[in-house]
Amino acid sequence: MTRLAVPKTYKLYIGGKFPRSESGRTYEVVSSKGAFLANAAKASRKDARDAVVAARAAQAGWSSATGYNRGQVLYRIAELLEGRRAQFVEEIAAAEGVSAAAASRQIDAAIDVWVWYAGWADKYVQVAGNGNPVSGPYFNLSTPEPTGVVASIAPQGSSLLGLVSVIAPVILSGNTIVVIASEPYPLSAISLSEVLATSDVPGGVINILTGSAAEIAPWLASHADVNALDLTGAEALEWIDLQISAADTLKRVLAPVSGVPAATLDRIVAFTETKTVWHTKSLI
Amino acid sequence: MSFLEYAPAPESTAILNLKDSYGLFINGDFVPGHGTPFETISPATEKRIATIANANEKDVDAAVAAARRAYEKTWSKLSGADRGKYLFRIARLVQERARELAVAESLDNGKPIKESRDVDIPLVAAWFFYYAGWADKLDYAGLGAAPRALGVAAQVIPWNFPLLMLAWKIAPALAAGNTVVLKPAETTPLSALLFAEILQQAELPAGVVNIITGAGDTGQALVQHPDVNKVAFTGSTSVGRAIAKSTAGSGKKLTLELGGKAANIVFDDAPIDQAIEGIVNGIFFNQGHVCCAGSRLLVQENIHDEVVDRLKQRLSTLRLGDPLDKNTDIGAINSREQLDRIRELSDIGEAEGAERWTAECAIPENGFWFAPTIFDNVSTSSRIAREEVFGPVLSVLSFRTPAEAIAKANNTPYGLSAGIWSDKGSKILAVADQLKAGVIWANTFNRFDPASPFGGYKESGYGREGGRHGLAAYLKTGIDA
Repeated sequence: MTRLAVPKTYKLYIGGKFPRSESGRTYEVVSSKGAFLANAAKASRKDARDAVVAARAAQAGWSSATGYNRGQVLYRIAELLEGRRAQFVEEIAAAEGVSAAAASRQIDAAIDVWVWYAGWADKYVQVAGNGNPVSGPYFNLSTPEPTGVVASIAPQGSSLLGLVSVIAPVILSGNTIVVIASEPYPLSAISLSEVLATSDVPGGVINILTGSAAEIAPWLASHADVNALDLTGAEALEWIDLQISAADTLKRVLAPVSGVPAATLDRIVAFTETKTVWHTKSLI
Repeated sequence: MSFLEYAPAPESTAILNLKDSYGLFINGDFVPGHGTPFETISPATEKRIATIANANEKDVDAAVAAARRAYEKTWSKLSGADRGKYLFRIARLVQERARELAVAESLDNGKPIKESRDVDIPLVAAWFFYYAGWADKLDYAGLGAAPRALGVAAQVIPWNFPLLMLAWKIAPALAAGNTVVLKPAETTPLSALLFAEILQQAELPAGVVNIITGAGDTGQALVQHPDVNKVAFTGSTSVGRAIAKSTAGSGKKLTLELGGKAANIVFDDAPIDQAIEGIVNGIFFNQGHVCCAGSRLLVQENIHDEVVDRLKQRLSTLRLGDPLDKNTDIGAINSREQLDRIRELSDIGEAEGAERWTAECAIPENGFWFAPTIFDNVSTSSRIAREEVFGPVLSVLSFRTPAEAIAKANNTPYGLSAGIWSDKGSKILAVADQLKAGVIWANTFNRFDPASPFGGYKESGYGREGGRHGLAAYLKTGIDA
């Protein structure tokens, strides 16, 4: 007799916890062949706001951790992902309808993205900041700092790699993030949350919502406690309206891209603010 | 109170060779505008200086077309070294005509000649000199391999530092290989038009820089023009928001340098003599018409009374009057509109319970003037503690611990600048880490340098001007690809 499997309930990931949507709503996630896979939580406006509160609460602590520390935390995510690759292969293959080899390549790439960005955590300040030779007796230094809370729409056509490619560059500098996962492929996002919850990422640093990006994104775009809006995966949405809405609070906005964005230093710097400190030198 | 009496020492206006009316500077020549011309006046006397052309949409089209043509045919084909040489020429011409520019600036803007002569114009020359050297070194700027120009830059600048803001905009734009259409503020077009003459002397290729004058609708037409690749704006947060909305989805690269409500934090271990001078410079420099002005004084409670008393004494020695007088400390408010706003917010401050103190000084009969004013015991919710007054008005709040100072300093939607006064370096660095502001001055205030990036957090805008970072605003980097 074959054993009856125990399917997983997929929920949201907010503040290090796994709540259902406060709205009680779910939506059916199906495989590439149309078979039922799971009921994912369909996040509401209030879930998005709760996620922003969690992200804001976590921001000061996360950004005050050293770059070395944040780098190790990111690297640890890569380590844990490696250990759970079998689960992700199965999930991605079922959801996207790709071969096990292709799913495996996506996980390889996602792990490598974590590792690549992990190494930047204690370096991007050196590369993106500099000392300034001003004409006067002043010590003058420009350093990039995290911009704060970032709301992000993950690439919609990728289960894991797209999601990782928008999260990692945002959080490595000390930002916290509220990210809307791919609407058709949300299951790997929640499985990633389970990795995050058992890694060293403090609760609230990464908050993952599943559901309709078209429904949730406007609330994040207009939210006054969100500092930047990453529209990477918003190509198919009315993203210009989101950008207009974000202008009310002068959020930094990153425009949509097609597919999965490349891992670049620019993506890190886009979510930082350059702070320049002048200090007098005394006459001796 | 009686202080030292000075005889008037006015800078002569004989050095100026102004025209009675100015056209728009398009494609290397002055041409008439198609809007209704307006007069620019001296805010110190309300007397007319010159008649200024007003650019309508047709003129904006012509200016953008000239800039596009110059970009395609000339400027983008020039080597970086040659672009740099033009900028060096401009820097030298500004130095040669520095006094003339300073007099024109003080006449048109109302700022004291000692500031236009010793701060604004020297920085204008420095800005062009600094960015001149970058023009053939863009590959070394750390902004990716072979960074490219964006194309035509639309630039709209404010009236508080007319020529300096022009330099902040034009120098990096040209160094990066863009061409420019710039609109100076309606009340202060004069120095930009003299600058256009300098461009003619420098033989800058026609159309590389176009200067169009007019009011808000001219600026709006410019930033919304479909053939513009880059928009750079310095001014109010409300206009900045409108520009961010109107450029959304257009692909235009946008940088905004908007308002501020900077905290100037004075700890009880501060060098008090320097701090008093720094507070005065922080808010009364340029009549407080400074986006990064230290308009909120946060003073540690145990030295509050001493600091406020000494500030009042110091302010009583400031001389308000003729901007062209070399002894003037406080010049004229730039416009009647701005004066009305300062008066309105000050009255509200008083009505909301803050204690108002105003330096005693004779106010000239004509022109727009506002005596240096301090509001003490200002609550954090008061409008004069929250809104940008953009005038010589200081709000005083107190704190007990560094944590309270940081919380109060950051309690604003703005995040442009901040000041910290303490003799303890470790305290300064720890506090600086916590402040959400783009520029932090420790034991100094209102210092500017072309090598030093400037720009804000949060609703003070985005992008940086100055330094290596200032180039990024005018180049296509990886993220714009």
